[in-house]
Amino acid sequence: MSTPGAPAAALTRAAAADDGAGSTPAAGALDAVRLALLRDLKLAFRKRGQLVQPLAFFALVTMLFPLAVSPELSRLREIAPGVIWVAALLASLLALEFLFRDDAYDGTLEQYALSGQSLTWLVFAKTAAHWLLTGLPLALMAPLAALSLGAPSASLPGIVGSVAVGSVALSLIGSIGAALTLGMKRSGALLSLLTLPLSLPVLIFGARATQLAISGGPLLAPLELLGALAVLGVTLAPLAAAAAVRVSLE
Amino acid sequence: MLDERLEVENLHLWRGERHVLRGVHFALGRGGCLEVTGPNGSGKTSLLRTLCALIYPEEGRVLWKGENVRRELPAFHAALAYLGHEPPLKADLSARENLRYWIGIRRRVAAAELDAALERVGGSSWCDRLVRTLSAGQRRRVALAGLALLVVPLWILDEPTTNLDTEGQQLVGSLIAEQLSRGGLVIAAVHQSLPPAVRDVRRLELSP
Amino acid sequence: MKWTWLHRLASPPYVYALAARLTPWFAWPAALLIAAGLWGGLVLAPADYQQGDGFRIIYVHAPSGWLSLMVYTIMGVAAAVGLIWRIKVAHAVAASCAPIGASFTFAALVTGALWGEPMWGTYWEWDPRLTSELILLFLYLGYMGLRAGIDDTQRADRASALLAVVGVVNVPIIHYSVTWWNSLHQAPSVMRLGRPTMPPTMLLPLLLMLLGFTLYFVALLLMRLRSEVLARERSASWIREAVSA
Repeated sequence: MSTPGAPAAALTRAAAADDGAGSTPAAGALDAVRLALLRDLKLAFRKRGQLVQPLAFFALVTMLFPLAVSPELSRLREIAPGVIWVAALLASLLALEFLFRDDAYDGTLEQYALSGQSLTWLVFAKTAAHWLLTGLPLALMAPLAALSLGAPSASLPGIVGSVAVGSVALSLIGSIGAALTLGMKRSGALLSLLTLPLSLPVLIFGARATQLAISGGPLLAPLELLGALAVLGVTLAPLAAAAAVRVSLE
Repeated sequence: MLDERLEVENLHLWRGERHVLRGVHFALGRGGCLEVTGPNGSGKTSLLRTLCALIYPEEGRVLWKGENVRRELPAFHAALAYLGHEPPLKADLSARENLRYWIGIRRRVAAAELDAALERVGGSSWCDRLVRTLSAGQRRRVALAGLALLVVPLWILDEPTTNLDTEGQQLVGSLIAEQLSRGGLVIAAVHQSLPPAVRDVRRLELSP
Repeated sequence: MKWTWLHRLASPPYVYALAARLTPWFAWPAALLIAAGLWGGLVLAPADYQQGDGFRIIYVHAPSGWLSLMVYTIMGVAAAVGLIWRIKVAHAVAASCAPIGASFTFAALVTGALWGEPMWGTYWEWDPRLTSELILLFLYLGYMGLRAGIDDTQRADRASALLAVVGVVNVPIIHYSVTWWNSLHQAPSVMRLGRPTMPPTMLLPLLLMLLGFTLYFVALLLMRLRSEVLARERSASWIREAVSA
């Protein structure tokens, strides 16, 4: 059945076309990042049901507070920044567990490490996909949660902005913990223990920015600090996460 | 440019308290094929993964083209194809999509090449179904298609004939034979001998 | 030639023997300094004009807090050394530091609460120092939890080393953000005494305690390091001779 006719000939031609040392047209780092990102996005959309879970969790947690505290909007407005950010943090943690898990199980993470491409860039691509699938939707849902907690509509752009920027930092910080706890069964609690202390600066600045958005104050300062954290995260977190992935492959 | 040559010097590896690799030492040149045999738990997989530089040995080193692979790891990996026990495939992608991403991240690959490789392994009829719906043998064939597409000098294979029928095993044999005739190197961990299409095979036996 | 002593530090049998020899040199001076410091602080130093005798807990609280941070930094440095140069002894040092540092952090928190009660009327206040200490405790617990969760020693070493390095980089950021947060809400901080006008009779015992605690930490580290090395190398041949010696 496998007649080594045309198909094999095509392959041998490809092999002979180079200088015989096995160097075929390499993919650049950007191509690799783009492909890794697209792959993760495609995979996520094939399991659309799972995409909704962190968002549903976020909505549910937000809903707990009026029931547990008080239905008075004036009181809720005061705690709204905290509620939104804690809920976003917890929802993010839920999704982080699966950042590397599937790839570690089916051997594709190993192939990433052996691809000859920078694992740091590939990890960055995966984290970016994670943010697009979790952080960004959370940022878009946050205004709804804020409205239900009594926030004025003028505050909504500021809320979306602060949660969007903050969730970038959260995804990056979380990727480190996710990589460190690879291969551990039921690592959810440990992942939270590792990620939450490191996420506290994001929580502090983000909640402050959201609070100023709701009260109508100048939120540029905490927003800039949040942005600084996100930039710092982009430069350092993928390095640490890639190193942690390599440790898990040993 | 230096010849493709893999030299392994005095590898010692501990996994926990077990002294798994005790002074593994060999050299393999162009067109060379090495069979690594041994019972379960003798360290075949550990050896292969150490050769890939996934594991850092306590002692010894691996040289590719005369240089320590640790010096220029990305370049070494670019010249290497590794197939582990399980085919590295995403269950929710089709065989074709899997190959497109797996190979595409490493090198530009045209759609025609994907078609050719899939046809070679007998997968033209099922290559667009999700991998989750494929049998173990079919998944192994997809992995072999990836191997054929990678076109790299060094192949490190962990039990490449697992889950394959006779015809599939012959496919492995012919792929390896072609790789060797191109001047490539193949190291394979096996439970039984490689198919007869592969000639001039050296053996390395590991004991637990 | 000068670097051979550095190379020997990477050898477990050498470190095992060295730790045994060095421990008394740290343990006895530590005991003396702490005794002197306690006597100076609890007996000789005058009462604070604002807080009366309640402030004396600073003689345990401040060194504990100082050491909790110093031990974390040392742990991070040892972890980095182990990570970069793949030296197993460095990982053993980091592993030995963690429980000691966590204990100091816990002590700082408890003494902080005990200090707060007579002063504020409450055992806990979210002031920046105490809050930072609490976060540091979680950082320690996370490190120890990660180590405990990974069975393979080498992998546990490298993963927790990465975590320690990431943690050390983050500690200044966390501290800055907690201070920033606190300044927004103007919570009172009682941890300050008349700092610029602290008389030598108050300051000297504090410095003695600081130094004593540091030496105490080193002695503890050396002792833990010995058992850590013993546990890791239990199947090595040099163990039998070293233990029977």
